[in-house]
Amino acid sequence: MIKAEQKPIDEILRSIDPYNKILLSGCGACVTVCHAGGEKEVGLLASALRMARKKIGKPLEVLEATAPRQCEPEFALEFSEMIEKVEAVVSLACGVGVQTLVRHFPKMPIFPGVNTTFLGETITHGLWEERCQACGNCILDKTGGICPISRCAKQLLNGPCGGSSKGKCEIKKEADCAWQLIYDRLNALGQLHKLEEIIPAKRWGVESRDSGLRRIIREDLKI
Amino acid sequence: MVDFDPKIIAFCCDQSGYPSLDMANSLRLNFPKNVEIVRVPCGGRIEAHHLLRALETGADGVILFICYEENCQFLRGNLRVKGRILYLHKILEKIGIEKERIEVCYLATNNGVKLIEALNRKAEELKRLGPNPCK
Repeated sequence: MIKAEQKPIDEILRSIDPYNKILLSGCGACVTVCHAGGEKEVGLLASALRMARKKIGKPLEVLEATAPRQCEPEFALEFSEMIEKVEAVVSLACGVGVQTLVRHFPKMPIFPGVNTTFLGETITHGLWEERCQACGNCILDKTGGICPISRCAKQLLNGPCGGSSKGKCEIKKEADCAWQLIYDRLNALGQLHKLEEIIPAKRWGVESRDSGLRRIIREDLKI
Repeated sequence: MVDFDPKIIAFCCDQSGYPSLDMANSLRLNFPKNVEIVRVPCGGRIEAHHLLRALETGADGVILFICYEENCQFLRGNLRVKGRILYLHKILEKIGIEKERIEVCYLATNNGVKLIEALNRKAEELKRLGPNPCK
């Protein structure tokens, strides 16, 4: 799922400085799971913002609402009535949710309340790790289900590099070397022969972000 | 010292804080003047936004009476709330509120005297800090 971290409160306060009434909109999906922008975080941040503004003698009115999924137009539009009553919106959804609101409410200033960070997995309570960079052409079948694009600092397709030491990465000592993990996994599966296949360079300019905005079109689903 | 009776919200865990409160009542111990009790089934039920909302809506200070570590009926409720308090203290620092306004006090079932001592100490501390500027 998408992982995010809440922006520093002073940065949010600077964004909303000219406004006296805002909507703080949360999302019930990914950012709820990573405790960055769900209903609880909306409540906590709303109180913090009101208190901070009251302290400087500039009271702030904050409406609070959380949509099940802010990146879906049906749910984003549920904010319509509330948005008519406010001067600005701080969205605690990921960058997708923020832009969904922007598309549907073109005259309303909308600010992000979180930094969308990566596509990741929950390792344990309070610890999330990157697992996917949405590169557009999955190679997990060739690498034992471990992604070198998201987990190798150098994104090597045919690793490891010379910096792998005792199973750890030279760039980030606390991180496992992705290619060590790939070797161990293929070894456990009895598929070490897969390492002899050279994985060709990815076509970043065709499959990935380098060619500009990506789109998925399913004609059968269009109404 | 500022002359005011600070309003304290005391969250009491059903397994430790609340029985201790009962005991303090039976012993007819003196409470500070302005204390409001919130009974909760476990310390782990208390979320960070409950505490901040208490400060926002009129409290000068908040105190949590919860079970000692390794003594939680629900195993880790007291540890969960401890983490939330640490997170909340960071938020309070960022918005310029003294983090001492929110405090945890660990109790056993029969700590009525300790509970009253903690409440009286908290009231004195809050008098020194002065009224909560954000309520």
